[in-house]
Amino acid sequence: MSDSILPLSARNLRYEVNGTPLIEDISMTVAPGSFTVVLGPNGAGKSLLLRLLHGLITPISGAVGWSGVGSLRGRTLRQRQAMVFQRPVLLRRSVEANVRFALKWQGAKPAQLHEACEFALERAGLTDRRRVPARLLSVGEQQRLVVARALAGKPDILFLDEPTASLDPASVQRIEALLQEANASGMAMVLVTHDIGQARRLGQNIVFVHRGRLVENAAAEPFFRNPQSAAAGAYLKGEIVV
Amino acid sequence: MGDIQAAFSLAANLILTGDKDLFEIVGLSLSVSMTAVAVACAIGMTTGAAIAVTRFPGRGAIVALLNALMGLPPVVVGLGVYLVLSRAGPLGVLGLLYTPTAMIIAQAILVTPVVAALTRQVVEDLHREYDEALKSLGVRGIGLVRTLLWDARYSLITVALAGFGRAVAEVGAVIIVGGNIDHLTRTMTTAIALETSKGNLALALALGIVLVGISLAVNGAVSGVGGVAGRSRNV
Repeated sequence: MSDSILPLSARNLRYEVNGTPLIEDISMTVAPGSFTVVLGPNGAGKSLLLRLLHGLITPISGAVGWSGVGSLRGRTLRQRQAMVFQRPVLLRRSVEANVRFALKWQGAKPAQLHEACEFALERAGLTDRRRVPARLLSVGEQQRLVVARALAGKPDILFLDEPTASLDPASVQRIEALLQEANASGMAMVLVTHDIGQARRLGQNIVFVHRGRLVENAAAEPFFRNPQSAAAGAYLKGEIVV
Repeated sequence: MGDIQAAFSLAANLILTGDKDLFEIVGLSLSVSMTAVAVACAIGMTTGAAIAVTRFPGRGAIVALLNALMGLPPVVVGLGVYLVLSRAGPLGVLGLLYTPTAMIIAQAILVTPVVAALTRQVVEDLHREYDEALKSLGVRGIGLVRTLLWDARYSLITVALAGFGRAVAEVGAVIIVGGNIDHLTRTMTTAIALETSKGNLALALALGIVLVGISLAVNGAVSGVGGVAGRSRNV
């Protein structure tokens, strides 16, 4: 594995659908090993921003740049990042086969496959459920599997789009523990969430998005203590922000 | 009523006595239809899956054409294959007319659009569900098609069965390109047509009962295998 593809540097991202701007002029940086939380009201453009950063959609203008990736393109660059979606997307295969599939596409060598798979299943607490069809797991287990699958290939950066929405507190706690452990080992995280408590627990940096624009980008502690924008302040107070 | 009773009695008698001619006809029907379905699946499933995951100008027209070709009239296909394989046709030199191979070609042409159109729909639905997750992993091209085909395998068994149903019940094309030659190209359907034309309704009905029985048995067996596999692997 070569050096990290981070920092990620997004410059003046703009995205629109049928002439309606949904993301406007967003610039931000994600450093190696950081934990960035993207906050904002519903429809602010958080998930779109995540997809733009991950490269699932292409901006109308602006660009997402990666460090030292002159020789890394396409699949190789893709192998160094991963994403977890709000709704777990699982292949119609067993728990173990789901992890193995992701590992293969993340470039794991055959010799590493078994060990990496075992490690991922063990971390997710799904070793005993390895032969179970992934779609028969509980929702909490499914999301844990999806997180473990994303972490298995040890990407440089993991994008997470509300991975714990609608999960019970115990499942949230287990997934947060997985994320914190991976982050402590040097993996950068970009997490979209509506859960302010979760943002406080996990975030080192907060990006606040409102109406498709980046309104604040600050370290977590000062952001929560003294938000600089009226929208962020109102959002943190639990007011309805339109 | 008498004919129907006689037909059931005759059908049972033909099966229980192991009638050599009947089993020869059944064997040929199954081998021709199954080979045609195998060819149609190889071509139709890959084509359908490729269309499902790609976007290109004219794709809508191709999908509409594929759907329309599901209703391709067998006699027209039979006539087309006949013209191509006849002595004066471009492939006449191969001497395939009035052979089981010609029947396989005709049935494969009939079944391929059915398999391709249904596969396109099944794979497109699955692709919609998997799209972002697979993109995120960098899965694309042949790998994408293989992944979707594998994960849609139980639905595709049903697609193959639909193709088999179309092939085994078909008479118009095989009678034109096969010629209904006894001990060579006579299948269940062509035999039924022949016996009906001779006024031998009891035998025709008996053969029809056997054909329906075979069709149900093959469908049941394949569905059973698919179901058992699905349950045992629980995926």
